[in-house]
Amino acid sequence: MSTNKPAKPAFMQWLDQRLPVTSAYEKHMSKYYAPVNLNFWYVFGLLATLVFANQILTGIWLTMSFVPSADEAFNSVEYIMRDVDMGWLIRYMHSTGASFFFIVVYLHMFRGIMYGSYKKPRELIWVFGMLIYLVLMAEGFMGYVLPWGQMSFWGAQVIISLFGAIPVIGDGLTEWIRGDFLISGITLNRFFALHVIALPLVLALLVVLHILALHEVGSNNPDGIDIKKHKDEQGKPLDGIPFHPYYTLGKLPMIIIFLFVFCGVIFFFPEGGGYFLEHANFEPANPLKTPAHIAPTWYYGAFYSILRAVPDKLMGVIAMGAAIAILFVLPWLDKSPVLSWRYKGWMSKTAIVVFALAFIMLSYLGGQPVTDLNTWLARFGSVIYFGFFLLMPIYTRMETTKPVPERVSAK
Amino acid sequence: MTQDGVNKGRRRFLYIATGAMGAVGAVGVATPFVRSWFPSEKAKAIGAPVTVDISRLEPGEIRTVEWRGKPVFVVRRTEEAISTLKSEDLMSRLSDPQSEVASQQPEYAQNPVRARAEDLLVVEGVCTHLGCSPQFIPSVEPQSFDENWMGGFFCPCHGSRFDMAGRVFSGVPAPTNLVVPPHMIEGAMLTIGEDTV
Repeated sequence: MSTNKPAKPAFMQWLDQRLPVTSAYEKHMSKYYAPVNLNFWYVFGLLATLVFANQILTGIWLTMSFVPSADEAFNSVEYIMRDVDMGWLIRYMHSTGASFFFIVVYLHMFRGIMYGSYKKPRELIWVFGMLIYLVLMAEGFMGYVLPWGQMSFWGAQVIISLFGAIPVIGDGLTEWIRGDFLISGITLNRFFALHVIALPLVLALLVVLHILALHEVGSNNPDGIDIKKHKDEQGKPLDGIPFHPYYTLGKLPMIIIFLFVFCGVIFFFPEGGGYFLEHANFEPANPLKTPAHIAPTWYYGAFYSILRAVPDKLMGVIAMGAAIAILFVLPWLDKSPVLSWRYKGWMSKTAIVVFALAFIMLSYLGGQPVTDLNTWLARFGSVIYFGFFLLMPIYTRMETTKPVPERVSAK
Repeated sequence: MTQDGVNKGRRRFLYIATGAMGAVGAVGVATPFVRSWFPSEKAKAIGAPVTVDISRLEPGEIRTVEWRGKPVFVVRRTEEAISTLKSEDLMSRLSDPQSEVASQQPEYAQNPVRARAEDLLVVEGVCTHLGCSPQFIPSVEPQSFDENWMGGFFCPCHGSRFDMAGRVFSGVPAPTNLVVPPHMIEGAMLTIGEDTV
């Protein structure tokens, strides 16, 4: 025996013979080689995991004081805010966490679009990611219903009515989802069950699949270069460094900066100017009176704008559904020979920037009242949104791309 | 028949038969879970009719009554509002002026004023687009959403507009007129949710 490695402790040997602890740790952490040139944009996946943990932890604590009934839900949230020791903090961590979850997920998705992280061989990672996004939207929506304020009630009324646009089965389907002829305590109770148990379980499973698929093919990078093409004698990628400790401890400063911002919101702007917690939701649900201005939370704004842009109920719902569905097939729309926008032509670069601006505008408009100008802006934004995807097979094929270097550039 | 040879046809038959039985079982197991989501007996029982006294409802006034948890608008229309309802000017801007979509009102309300009594409008205050409750804006004057507003209902959620008979305007997201619930009038008493004694 002439290995230099110290022998494993007896306990680890015992464990490894029964559970793949060391091999799993090496595969996913210490010997998972990530490209050296991962930049700022690569922190958001990690941050999303962090926020997910925050949501689970604070969520469990909130269920300890929350009462899921039409009579008590609103009061129990006020009870958490006023009477439960530090309850306000736990609730604000949860409500702010919801908005931050979407902020980091949107940035994470935009990173994928910029650097072509959805392209072969990472299509499945993107699809799992989109499923996570979809479940996250359902989770956020149902969570918003629970405090049973005016916006909870009427938001739920509008969102569930969307299913009513489906021909023939629509009305029956909405009744089935609500469990009543209108939004009621029955709906609240089942949303509570889904929000607290069913969807978090699905989310956790999807996150595992997302990461397993990622670790199978390896991380992309801002250059879109396959680092596995150049390996040293031991088979380690020359442009790769172990995920742990370089990207765990290495990203610690970014995590701390994120937590500063997160805490800043929790302590100083927990309502986020009416965007994170809408003002109308501080009034208990009243089934007889719709608030004068109802809007979804900001993270659904873009899709809500697309819905409103179409002056027909069924077509509006179809457009909104299509806006989400089209994201799933993105990997097959991009025909470019290169991954990263650094090496794509001007058309792709312009398209990505214009798309991002349109998405931000649509998100903003979703929270604004209906006026002629806003409707036309929303239509304009919707055309850009769909144009970005539908024209992608054309412009990614037409443009000339720059040659991709063999090795990653020193960033 | 041999001991070591594999009868592939039979094996496939068994696979398919087992799979089919499994699928039937899965549907069976799913049944209670799916059915438990339908409105419960308790939810159905709450749909009893409500009776209100409308003798003090003045012309131009609205009263919101709760029936099956939904707001029902009871409006005493003014003479002017009733004559506006029949004007060509207004009718040409509606998408279903004759109330031809049968699901939106009982037969006795399929008339130009969509009511049993000309002056009394009874409609569910639930927008046929996505279920918001429209606002009652009776005044005939230009509005930010309609320069030629003749009085009616405006939905703040997505901008759908309805006239004083709950008829939907063309070019708005709501596809149909507001629903007239079954109702009956006995003197000063209005009963919603029932139309035969």
